[in-house]
Amino acid sequence: MSETIQGIEELNLTRKDFVPGNEVRWCPGCGDYSVLANMQKTLPVMGVKKENYAFISGIGCSSRFPYYMDTYGFHSIHGRAPAIASGVKLANPDLAVWVITGDGDGFSIGGNHMIHVLRRNIDLNIMLFNNRIYGLTKGQYSPTSQLGMKTKSSPYGSIDRPFNPSAIALGANATFISRALDVDAKGLQESIKRAQRHKGAAFIEVYQNCIIFNDGEFADGESKATRPDNALFVTHGEPMIFGKEHDKGIIMKDHHPKVVTLGGDWSEKDLLVHDETNSIITNLLLEMTFDPLNPTPFGILRAIEAPTYDEMLTAQIEDVIEAKGEGTLESLFYSGDVWEVK
Amino acid sequence: MTKKVIRINEATIRFAGDSGDGMQLTGTRFTEATAIVGNDLKTIPNYPSEIRAPLGTLAGVSAFQLMFGSSRVFTPGDLPDTLVAMNPAALKVHLKDLKKGGTVLANANAFSLKNLKMAGWEGNPLEDGSLEGYTVYSIEMSKLVGKALESSDLTSKGIERTKNMFALGVLFWMYNRPVEPTEAWLRKKFGKNPAIAEANITAMKTGFNYGETTEIFTTSYAVEKADLPKGKYRNITGNVAVAYGLVAAAKKAGKELFLGSYPITPASEILHTLSGLRNHAVKTFQAEDEIAGIASAIGASYAGDLACTTTSGPGMALKTEAIGLAIITELPLVIVNVQRGGPSTGMPTKMEQSDLLQAVHGRNSDAQIPVITAQDPADCFDCAFEAARVALKYMTPVILLTDGYLGQGSGPWLIPDPKSLPEIKVTHPDSSARGENGFMPYSRDENEARPWALPGTPGLEHRIGGLEKENITGMVSQDPENHQLMTDIRARKITRITQEIPPSEIFGKAKGKVLVIGWGSTHGSIHVAVDRVQAEGKSVSQLHLRWVSPFPSDLKEICDNFDEILIPEVNSGQLSLLLKADLVRPIHQLNKVRGEPFRASEIEEKINEILG
Repeated sequence: MSETIQGIEELNLTRKDFVPGNEVRWCPGCGDYSVLANMQKTLPVMGVKKENYAFISGIGCSSRFPYYMDTYGFHSIHGRAPAIASGVKLANPDLAVWVITGDGDGFSIGGNHMIHVLRRNIDLNIMLFNNRIYGLTKGQYSPTSQLGMKTKSSPYGSIDRPFNPSAIALGANATFISRALDVDAKGLQESIKRAQRHKGAAFIEVYQNCIIFNDGEFADGESKATRPDNALFVTHGEPMIFGKEHDKGIIMKDHHPKVVTLGGDWSEKDLLVHDETNSIITNLLLEMTFDPLNPTPFGILRAIEAPTYDEMLTAQIEDVIEAKGEGTLESLFYSGDVWEVK
Repeated sequence: MTKKVIRINEATIRFAGDSGDGMQLTGTRFTEATAIVGNDLKTIPNYPSEIRAPLGTLAGVSAFQLMFGSSRVFTPGDLPDTLVAMNPAALKVHLKDLKKGGTVLANANAFSLKNLKMAGWEGNPLEDGSLEGYTVYSIEMSKLVGKALESSDLTSKGIERTKNMFALGVLFWMYNRPVEPTEAWLRKKFGKNPAIAEANITAMKTGFNYGETTEIFTTSYAVEKADLPKGKYRNITGNVAVAYGLVAAAKKAGKELFLGSYPITPASEILHTLSGLRNHAVKTFQAEDEIAGIASAIGASYAGDLACTTTSGPGMALKTEAIGLAIITELPLVIVNVQRGGPSTGMPTKMEQSDLLQAVHGRNSDAQIPVITAQDPADCFDCAFEAARVALKYMTPVILLTDGYLGQGSGPWLIPDPKSLPEIKVTHPDSSARGENGFMPYSRDENEARPWALPGTPGLEHRIGGLEKENITGMVSQDPENHQLMTDIRARKITRITQEIPPSEIFGKAKGKVLVIGWGSTHGSIHVAVDRVQAEGKSVSQLHLRWVSPFPSDLKEICDNFDEILIPEVNSGQLSLLLKADLVRPIHQLNKVRGEPFRASEIEEKINEILG
């Protein structure tokens, strides 16, 4: 297991410890810079030794991330980072293993690995950079691109219905799901901290702006002016309130979430209260994602406790050794019918 | 009456019946009893890929063959001396292979009109003279076990199912094998259901006594103990031997063993065996697909385990890109391909040697990899151990090729003394490896292997990946000079492995007319064929390649001493292609792809044809 928060002061790590000497080569203005900065800022205070972090990525712009972290890192092949990271964690459960992936890497070519790593609940942190476009291959639609989107490979508009990645994570029975905006430092740091502390597979979906091929995709949320009226930041145990004046809330009406204005007919006690342990609430929030009548939800959407694969593997090995005794080569070789030639 | 016992040197028996008749189990029990008697032996299963094809059909016939003898046995035999046919379909499929004058042991009760028709017999071959020239024992096995188990609590269907044990009992009598080991095994297997255990034991003993007392049997056969090297033996299949070899290598290297694998015929038994070895701290990970199987193993290798992945041809195809990743990141990894008939899904339960070129060259770019091949089931242990040793020493993935015939076939294994297995030295740099300019993940040792720095080591934080890296520093590099250098280093590392290959052993004279070269599971058939031709005083020798990438350094010199080279392969000429390029000389080929191993006689004929 990753070390607990107790050791933070002794570790005495700072942001600088996580910044390597090499130059970062994302496009100027790319949303990835903010995510990298917030990662470098947050990891030093997690109580994990620097050498125990390992960043595993696939292929794509965001998958260059490990080169920009002064930690152990493995920039692997397209889509396979969750599987590689699973092996890393099972070989050394003491490591704090992060998977860095994108919407193409994690949900197109690597979609199969993604659902299975979440299902197994291996103690990994998975950060999905969702920019709804293929960037590194210079602008084709991705499995999260909106219908009708015109790209190099969809000049007449995309006819591919998009995924909602966090909803897939829920469908795969992920034990932790959060969503953050690249420009929102506070939200990102909260997600990173909670994911790192979470035991099991933690899934973070980052809405990330691609300034070259899909600029403005998340404009409603990116802009400080429009964000309060279009984004709902949820907190466990708190009523769902948003809006510039904190005057809007979410109620249930006819089994659907509905926006109401507080004061007048509605007060806080009428609002839905977020419960990150209740998958019905998580599902309801995720249903709001593409709904033009509702704000887009951000924050820790789900966090439940469940046994992790790595802990169960370790426990099973211990149990079998206790029951059968530690295996030796002699006991293995002689486990069948043996005869002797004299 | 007294019955004759005739001493013979060897015998080949084939058990054939419906998929549900328990032929694999019957054959395996006969094998264990034969091993305990001290004969040398080899076995081969032959079963359909359908779990239960329709009852009584030709497609549903499952068979198991073994050859055993009082001297060394190199193959499971060409043509059987005795065929056990539990139904008309089994007789129809396998009669053509039975030796002239061979013996048929049939369950007469299964030769009903319906079954005969389904199998395509016009009459009943047990009665109409179709089997003239063979010794036929037509026994009402179903009826006899029904009688013997009259008072049993089993249902009539349950009783009927013990007929294979009756057949086994008859064969135990016929070949003078002990029933006790099977009796003990049945009691253990059906520990929770003693009624079934006892019914099977009764059926087996009824069969044995039937041989002993009825007058239809006049003769039984004795095969003396084989003169095998001294030591303790057990029977082992190639797949189990691979699993044990990997466990042994991990222990000798002081490493934990990690297997990332996806079930596939005929390799799954390696996954099954290793999954049962939690008390050896073996970590098995049944991945979501073949790619995740190897990818998880690469991750485990990066983090410090001895990692491996196991599969068959179609799975190898899927793992291809990840093998390239292991090559460029220079991580140790053992990749086992238990070959089967292809292309595509092909013939999952049938053997073939047709993934050689895929193993040696089947990747994008110049991506050399060492390839080791096993020659018999017991040899799978040594090859798995050696594959792991080389992978760890040279920091490279290694492919081990076996095939369905080796993986699921079996033979006696001289159990090694664990202490006599070589230690495998593995070092990981510690923090002191960090120099003034940081840690150099692509620095080189005397074999040009790079250091295996494990995540968790303070001060050695570094990045690896599929992008080309600068030698020494490990920084991402697109520099032309560096790519040339790294490509050359990766190739040199593999060529250097020739220093691990001991001088080639030649069976026969070192100079002569014909040299028969083989690799993998053809070893036994070639050996028997060469031995027979040598016995006629003719000039032929055998060279068997264990490593097919790189080739042994003395290969060319050896070949230069022979007028002609013959390569028999269960593919369309893959080693021939590689060797023609390497030796630049003509090569005689003997190729077949029928989903079955060579018969020694086929190779013998070809050698004689070349000798003229």
